[in-house]
Amino acid sequence: MITFDDVVKVYPGGGTAVDHVSLELATGKTTVFVGPSGCGKTTSLRMINRMISPTSGRVLIDGKDVAGQDEALLRRGIGYVIQHAGLFPHRTVLDNVATVPVLLGKTRREAREAAMKLLERVGLAAEFAQRYPAQLSGGQQQRVGVARALAADPPIMLMDEPFSAVDPVVREGLHREFLRLQQELGKTIVMVTHDIDEAIKLGDEVVIFRQGGVVAQVGTPQELLADPADDFVAEFVGRDRGLRSLSFDTAAGLPVRPLPAELVVDDAGRPLGWKSADGVRPTGGTFTSADTLRLVADLAILSPVGIAVRVDADGVADGIAPHHDLADYLAARRS
Amino acid sequence: MNLSYLFDAAHWDFSTSGSIPQLLLSHIWYVFLALVIGTAIALPIGLYIGHTGRGSFIAINAGNAGRSLPTLGLLMLMVTLLGLGLLPVLIALTVLVIPPILTSAYAGLRSLDQRVVDAARGVGMRPWQVLTRVELPMALPVLMSGFRSAALQVVATATVAAAVGLGGLGRLLIDGLAVNDYSRVLAGAIVVAVLAVLLDLILALAQRWIISPGLRASR
Amino acid sequence: MINYLSNNSEAVLAALRQHIVLALIPVVLGFLIALPIGYLGVRVPWLYHPLVNVAGVLYSIPSLALFVFLPVVLGTKILSPLNIVVALTIYTVALLARTVADGLRSVDFLITESATAMGYRRFRRLVDVELPVALPVILAGLRVATVANISLVSVGALIGVGGLGQLFTRGFQLFYIEPILVGVILSVLLAGVADLVIVLIQRAVTPWTRFQGSRA
Repeated sequence: MITFDDVVKVYPGGGTAVDHVSLELATGKTTVFVGPSGCGKTTSLRMINRMISPTSGRVLIDGKDVAGQDEALLRRGIGYVIQHAGLFPHRTVLDNVATVPVLLGKTRREAREAAMKLLERVGLAAEFAQRYPAQLSGGQQQRVGVARALAADPPIMLMDEPFSAVDPVVREGLHREFLRLQQELGKTIVMVTHDIDEAIKLGDEVVIFRQGGVVAQVGTPQELLADPADDFVAEFVGRDRGLRSLSFDTAAGLPVRPLPAELVVDDAGRPLGWKSADGVRPTGGTFTSADTLRLVADLAILSPVGIAVRVDADGVADGIAPHHDLADYLAARRS
Repeated sequence: MNLSYLFDAAHWDFSTSGSIPQLLLSHIWYVFLALVIGTAIALPIGLYIGHTGRGSFIAINAGNAGRSLPTLGLLMLMVTLLGLGLLPVLIALTVLVIPPILTSAYAGLRSLDQRVVDAARGVGMRPWQVLTRVELPMALPVLMSGFRSAALQVVATATVAAAVGLGGLGRLLIDGLAVNDYSRVLAGAIVVAVLAVLLDLILALAQRWIISPGLRASR
Repeated sequence: MINYLSNNSEAVLAALRQHIVLALIPVVLGFLIALPIGYLGVRVPWLYHPLVNVAGVLYSIPSLALFVFLPVVLGTKILSPLNIVVALTIYTVALLARTVADGLRSVDFLITESATAMGYRRFRRLVDVELPVALPVILAGLRVATVANISLVSVGALIGVGGLGQLFTRGFQLFYIEPILVGVILSVLLAGVADLVIVLIQRAVTPWTRFQGSRA
């Protein structure tokens, strides 16, 4: 567990960056610090590995104050990923990943062998190992950055805007990869982002900072969307937070109606579309009971007839959910 | 250190031939001539190559080639070929001015953010206007540093030119050495060093004055 | 010219050898001295501008003036090769100290930051990360210093020690063009070869630079 105990950071002449922050970040979970620029989120992150020292208060890892520990040794035990990856341009991808194990005294050969496995783990083919960072795309560099941070198998990973320098499509892929890796590895991750959607998507817990280094609210993504503490959080979380909060529930409990005659299906029972005057109009997609309510709402809105179609694991249609049924279901759930 | 020669008032009498002010003046005159002629030749060529991109090979290698030319050898070669006098020395000095200015004019234009040049064209400037109103002002920092190194090179080489019979401050060094008058040698070394440092300082100030403040922040 | 060379091969070779020694010892010495000075200019930020200014002033002093000024300061004989070596070392330091400082300053902040965050201590970070990344800039400065030194050595002939420069003074005294031409050509060739050697070394020790610029 990482503990912030009444931490304050005041820069000489620069005002207060972090203002009496107390937090407990759970082991094995992803905690995301999010907020507008200048809210102290990055400063807070960097106090964990002593890149910045607090003016007052303590930061503890598993009950031990980081201030008492050797800076370099502390940092070797904490993975660190930053925007643009910060890779060493003069080293091959493989040697970049091997950096910390070598610092920790492993032989270059051992470190490289381990690095090779890590590259595979973050989804990079072996052929990239001997390339230099300048030969990689932004997304590939970011993967190398993650592999490098993981190389010494640190229990804690700090990630400072790790995905903000890549384009949205690549970012989407990196997000999926991140969630998969974290499920496998169960690291204690602290991530900084200015993107609330990213925070909600990746965080087990989200800490929202406001201007002046004050914590506005701490909670799970669901809690933040459902119950923002004040106007600032509500504004920051965004307008369509009601719709977005549907992402946290599956359609398993949503009642469906039997298939109507207007729904055209093929021989196997897979939906083809809705009958209409000018032929068959496509359904615009289907959902399963494992999908989120947000997808159901989306499908109901997009559907030419205002009805979402449910299918089973084989893609066979087994029920429909009209938009008014969804509305009733949500209303019933609220009360 | 024997500074008697330097502080002897007789050596500062302008009317005496070979006095320090006279030598200083002729030194500055050679430097001025070489810089004017050299710039008149090198600047248009450098700008042309930088603006069009044609003949970059020449511009890139001119700087290196210029630096590798031994100045004393060049001077003595010219004088041996053309005889004693101002002309061969001036040719040698001019040859040394050309490479740094040509290369920096080229590099200055090439280093520009091409989007800015594009924007200049986009707002309807003619090629000549693009060159004089956008490219040249923006290339000035690089261009001026080339001009400064050319100026220093010429001050130094004009000193050496005393060895091939020309006037200038080098006379104090060469003649002093010839008669073992180290006080005179020292006076020459000091005056020449001060001249070089002052000239560089003046050019640095000029650079500050003619370069847009908007370009300074990034440098 | 061929005639002159074959009749004077020993003298020419001796001059060439002296030229190489006089030019290259200052490069090595100057580089070694410039490294810590340049580092200091980065490590102690307020030192950077004084460093650049002092270097600029030293570099602007004409070589002949420095050659004849040094015996007065050092107490050496005017004909001692030490004067040339010290003067050229001063120029090399003036040029390279700034280059080293600029090279180190040009290292992307993100790179040094992530090195620190991974647990590098200051000295190892300098040796393992900052210097290698700054190497292309530093070696470019080394090329300039080497070529400049090679062409400056010959000015020393005016005070009796000047490698190939002695061919110039000899030819000039006799008004005889061959030795001057031979000297100029050898000097330029020597500069070209030295430059090429450094370029080859640079290629060998900084293989990653070949890919930079192809992608951001």
